[in-house]
Amino acid sequence: MTDLTELSLSQAAAAIQAGELSSLELTKAYLERIERHEPDLHAYITLTPELALAKAGEADRRLQSWRKLGGEPPSPLLGIPLAVKDVLCVAGVRCTCGSRILENFVPPYHATAVERLLQAGMVLLGKTNTDEFAMGSSTENSAYGVTRNPWDRERVPGGSSGGSAAAVAARLAPVALGTDTGGSVRHPAAFCGVSGLKPTYGRVSRYGLVAFGSSLDTVGIIGRTADDLALILRHIAGGDPRDATCLDLPTPNYSPDATTDLSGLRIGVPLEYFIAGMQPQVEGAVRAAIHTLEELGAMAQEVSLPHTRYALPVYYLIAPAEASANLARYDGVRYGARQPADSLWELFRRTRGEKFGAEVKRRIMLGTYALSAGYYDAYYGQAQKVRTLIKQDFERALQAVDVIAAPVTPTTAFKIGAHGDDPLAMYLEDIFTLPANLAGVPGLAFPVGFDAQGLPVGMQLMSAPFREDLLLQIAHAYQQATDWHRRRPPVL
Amino acid sequence: MSLDLETVRHIADLARLYLTAEEQARFAEQLSAILDYFAQLQTLDTTGIPPTSSVLPPRSMLRPDESRPGLSREELFLNAPQVEADQFRVPLVLE
Repeated sequence: MTDLTELSLSQAAAAIQAGELSSLELTKAYLERIERHEPDLHAYITLTPELALAKAGEADRRLQSWRKLGGEPPSPLLGIPLAVKDVLCVAGVRCTCGSRILENFVPPYHATAVERLLQAGMVLLGKTNTDEFAMGSSTENSAYGVTRNPWDRERVPGGSSGGSAAAVAARLAPVALGTDTGGSVRHPAAFCGVSGLKPTYGRVSRYGLVAFGSSLDTVGIIGRTADDLALILRHIAGGDPRDATCLDLPTPNYSPDATTDLSGLRIGVPLEYFIAGMQPQVEGAVRAAIHTLEELGAMAQEVSLPHTRYALPVYYLIAPAEASANLARYDGVRYGARQPADSLWELFRRTRGEKFGAEVKRRIMLGTYALSAGYYDAYYGQAQKVRTLIKQDFERALQAVDVIAAPVTPTTAFKIGAHGDDPLAMYLEDIFTLPANLAGVPGLAFPVGFDAQGLPVGMQLMSAPFREDLLLQIAHAYQQATDWHRRRPPVL
Repeated sequence: MSLDLETVRHIADLARLYLTAEEQARFAEQLSAILDYFAQLQTLDTTGIPPTSSVLPPRSMLRPDESRPGLSREELFLNAPQVEADQFRVPLVLE
């Protein structure tokens, strides 16, 4: 075999189970690539090579004994490496959330999604970079330095799961967990030319995901193909007694079947997602991808999601409001960093003032304001009502069509520092991804082309809640018919 | 500017957030610009529209109310900034 890091998850799994490849060989191939490219890209905050080698050895011993003694076949994920965004807890491995306030925080338990993958035998390579507490669209808000886009190192990887997306694009991990509160899986997937799934709210347990916006947060997956995403989703989906918002629904198999025939599929193209000011090559690539789906048998028609333009103010009131409450726990008393002070009150203020970064403070301020006496009805209350209108837009549109196809971002990856100290410009990055979170529907982003500078363009599909199977099947059909997802960054 | 310095200081107090004078000024300006942009929400008539606080169908996933082992004292103190006599140590609360 030539380059082991080019194997898809199912190829690697098949080779490992057949005894043609060991987990140790595969894990070492990734660790070697990390050693070579990580200094330039900075996709990870914490690397766990010793742990990875130990777990890979363990996986190989389990496989050997299974081959000798037989019995229940091992999980296809046994011995496959994994990267995890640094907002999901892995017991015994520090979890910074990209923040100084959790610089030395070592969680005592696993997030449920992580636990299920580790139980299947996956091998943790490390924790990936993120905007502080997942607040941002570029990883520039990480207290541990920016991640660079593998397609152009002067540019951001998107965010907030930028480390996970860059790692998968640069083959520093075969697959990674991310989180998506307002687009944080789909946005960096689009910027890095990889596939990213934000499941339905309630599909995957949030236990052990450090809370940001509790009514919006989802655990997502970043991988190279729809097929790979399906394999991971099958393992992490399903009810969890530790998360009351995770529904106890049966988990479909998800793995797409081989057919590329999309006859009868109705695709809605929302006119509100093709706006003045977006990069023409992004619109061109997305429309071409919709045309490809039509060639595979689908029927495209225009739909309207009339309240789309309000998604940005609604999101940036609700998410900061929830964040201001969730982040109240960082007070320097029970865990996390502490800034010494003479009184308890000063200890709270100084710890939070010194250890939170600018964007986190800004959102705590915005959220506290939106919830404060005298402003609650005008801001938070009104935002919750308009959220209902946005949700109804989707319910209405998805009666006429099976899925909605739209761009993920208005432009391809921007230069590091391009948005400077202009928070509103950064928020506008998310205009196409926020509505899915507000409505609670799943979204799947995948590469559909490149612009003239060689930067990837993504498209997203959204469906009714809990129809991830449909999204994965369509993306799989598209990836059978095209090869954008097989392109790799040129310098790597 | 829709958010003056005095309001910024009041909100920072509510949030237990120390801000330097420079941060107060910058946030007053930036948060004002953001809130001005958000004013478009006020133009929508939402009379009779119920608020959405959760997208989930109205049913709760509850587990049996049974006692289970939790984290040990040692595990809990592992991340504590300051521990004394099996308690979290903080500055004097009451004089």
